[in-house]
Amino acid sequence: MLGLNKRDTRFLLIVIALTMLTPFILQPFPEGSALAQFNAGYPDLMQRIAIFGIFAIGFNILFGLTGYLSFGHAAFLGVGSYAVVWMYKLLDYNVLPGLALAIVTSGLFALAIGYLSLRRSGIYFSILTLAFAQMSFNLAYSVLTPITNGETGLQVYTSDPQILLGENEPNIPHLFGLVMSDSYKLNLGGWVFTFNIGYYFTAVIAILVFYLSLRIFRSPFGLMLRAVKSNQTRLNYTGVNPRPYTLAAFVISGMYAGLAGGLLAAMDPLAGAERMQWTESGAVVIMTILGGAGTLMGPVLGAGFIKYLEKIFSKINENVLDGWFSFLPDPLREVVVWIFSRFTGEGWALTLGLMFMLVVIFLPGGLMEGGERIRNLIRRRKNGSGDDASPGRTPAE
Amino acid sequence: MDAILLQILNGLDKGSAYALIALGLTLIFGTLGVVNFAHGALFMIGAFCAVTLQRLLSLSYVTIDETRTDFLGNPLKVRTPYLESWFGPEVGQAIIDWSVPLAIIFAIPVMVGLGFLMERGLIRHFYKRPHADQILVTFGLAIVLQEIVKYFFGANPIPTPAPEAFSGSFDFGVLLGFEPNAIIYPYWRMIYFLFALIIIGAVFAFLRFTTFGMVVRAGMADRETVGLLGIDIDKRFTIMFGIAAAVAGLAGVMYTPINSPNYHMGMDFLVLSFVVVVVGGMGSLPGAVLAGFLLGILESFASMNEVKSIFPGIDQIIIYLVAIVILLTRPRGLMGRKGVMEE
Repeated sequence: MLGLNKRDTRFLLIVIALTMLTPFILQPFPEGSALAQFNAGYPDLMQRIAIFGIFAIGFNILFGLTGYLSFGHAAFLGVGSYAVVWMYKLLDYNVLPGLALAIVTSGLFALAIGYLSLRRSGIYFSILTLAFAQMSFNLAYSVLTPITNGETGLQVYTSDPQILLGENEPNIPHLFGLVMSDSYKLNLGGWVFTFNIGYYFTAVIAILVFYLSLRIFRSPFGLMLRAVKSNQTRLNYTGVNPRPYTLAAFVISGMYAGLAGGLLAAMDPLAGAERMQWTESGAVVIMTILGGAGTLMGPVLGAGFIKYLEKIFSKINENVLDGWFSFLPDPLREVVVWIFSRFTGEGWALTLGLMFMLVVIFLPGGLMEGGERIRNLIRRRKNGSGDDASPGRTPAE
Repeated sequence: MDAILLQILNGLDKGSAYALIALGLTLIFGTLGVVNFAHGALFMIGAFCAVTLQRLLSLSYVTIDETRTDFLGNPLKVRTPYLESWFGPEVGQAIIDWSVPLAIIFAIPVMVGLGFLMERGLIRHFYKRPHADQILVTFGLAIVLQEIVKYFFGANPIPTPAPEAFSGSFDFGVLLGFEPNAIIYPYWRMIYFLFALIIIGAVFAFLRFTTFGMVVRAGMADRETVGLLGIDIDKRFTIMFGIAAAVAGLAGVMYTPINSPNYHMGMDFLVLSFVVVVVGGMGSLPGAVLAGFLLGILESFASMNEVKSIFPGIDQIIIYLVAIVILLTRPRGLMGRKGVMEE
């Protein structure tokens, strides 16, 4: 189906099912129960997971397949956001023209930056992309204020032209009248499920771009990108110029990033320069690595995992912890709460840093490799005798 | 003319900081072949050594003075630092005043120890891993160090003044026959520049004129052969890591009066220092120093109003622009050695 073999079709169907049922999956605990704070089925978080999933899928096409580590993808995220908000300002609140413009502009940006940066490889490439991104960030903050509105961030004012704005049109982001922030709440027993239009809009796009990346992974083009990663010298000797392939990968991943940035502005009609900062580029690297670079599902898992933990961990403060450990005797409880509160609430960044180090040290292939290892372990158990016939998968870089 | 001189002077102190951090980065890269993204965090920890020492020295006890009252009418609480009660008010006050220079002595063992710990505990296991992995794991470490400092010292910048004696400015222009006040330069920035020169000179002399340095240089050129000669090169490289950490730390200690330290200052400097290293040429020590001063001075020229009126916003991007141009025209950087980190 759709140019995929049986296995991939099944895989895609599973992904579609998971994405569509996310409001149920992330809401496993009944409202008002003690575990309700682990619920993540609210629109804002689900949208973020989908959007950063798109960002990471795109980044993975570059980093996972070709091995070129870009530290400047946040620039495209920012460009996408600005493009969408500008379309709001000039036309109206319909998100489609903005998203189209976001993909086109970020693609052009990626073409220019990629054309220059890809002349170098390895750490030089990382530094070049970082330099370009920091330049864009600094310019967006200072000289380009007429376009980016500087520190305040770009937003829509009532004095903006908005030439297509009709009489009864909603004045928040919408798709032909379907307002992004509208939700339908379903009460089922103790559970409350929220179905948000913005989330489903993002989810459909996410599935489309996931399908696209699946096709790229399976195509001759994808194979060529893998060849760049495994041995570029040999590729040169066989008479292939890898530059057009890597540049295409760079532009595609830049367009994914622009789309993600545009969707951020489609959920919340604001765009700020801080989206271009290099910490944001670092975040997408972390997501991709954590999930497993070079795998199809890894980046999405990584994005979901990090965004989920970020939300949940920042919510847990000392009072919540006090409640959890109330069964412990007082002095012991204080110690335990103190230790846990270093890693939660304000300390979320510490957990992120530690988690990141642990993954890079012990599990270079990310969560996907972890899953693989566990599966192998179980299989070996079943087979009884330790036959090591299945060679360990080489971890993706 | 005086404006140009002034900008050169202004660029020197920032250039010194870039040069010192880039020197440490290059030392680590040249010896161990590791790309250390946590180097900015070492700079930051150095700065917080100065803050810590200042806080330790000003530890004080509270006495209640019955004869005076505060604005609420309660008896006034007088804080007296222990140092003042031990050494008398004048000596005690002087020691507290000089806490930043004194922090140099305090910071060296701390930074060297931290460097050893990092190398032995973490970096050692990453020699054979790809550069991407090294970047990622040290990036994670930098976040962790940053968060730890944030926990102890809070998120706000902490002012840490230089000693009273250096608080003024030096009228540099008078020496050269310009009008008074045409070129003035704060004493502390001058000290920082001189300090950087001394440290850089010391590192180069150490590598050039000692047997230890000779072995290290040999190891940088060909690690395997030096190992075959029966020299424990790993141990020496670990020591070099400690020295590089100390250089970054000292750069941080002395930088505190120029810019109040906060927990993310390391990250701000790290990105720029990496650009400096790449411009100078990966693995080239003179290149790192040269590029550091060069970019520092260029940055201060770009922030002149005359330049900004021609190229608006140039001060924000000059360093990155230079880096892009240099990387595209001279792939090896200004003074990069052949065969080091070429594709």
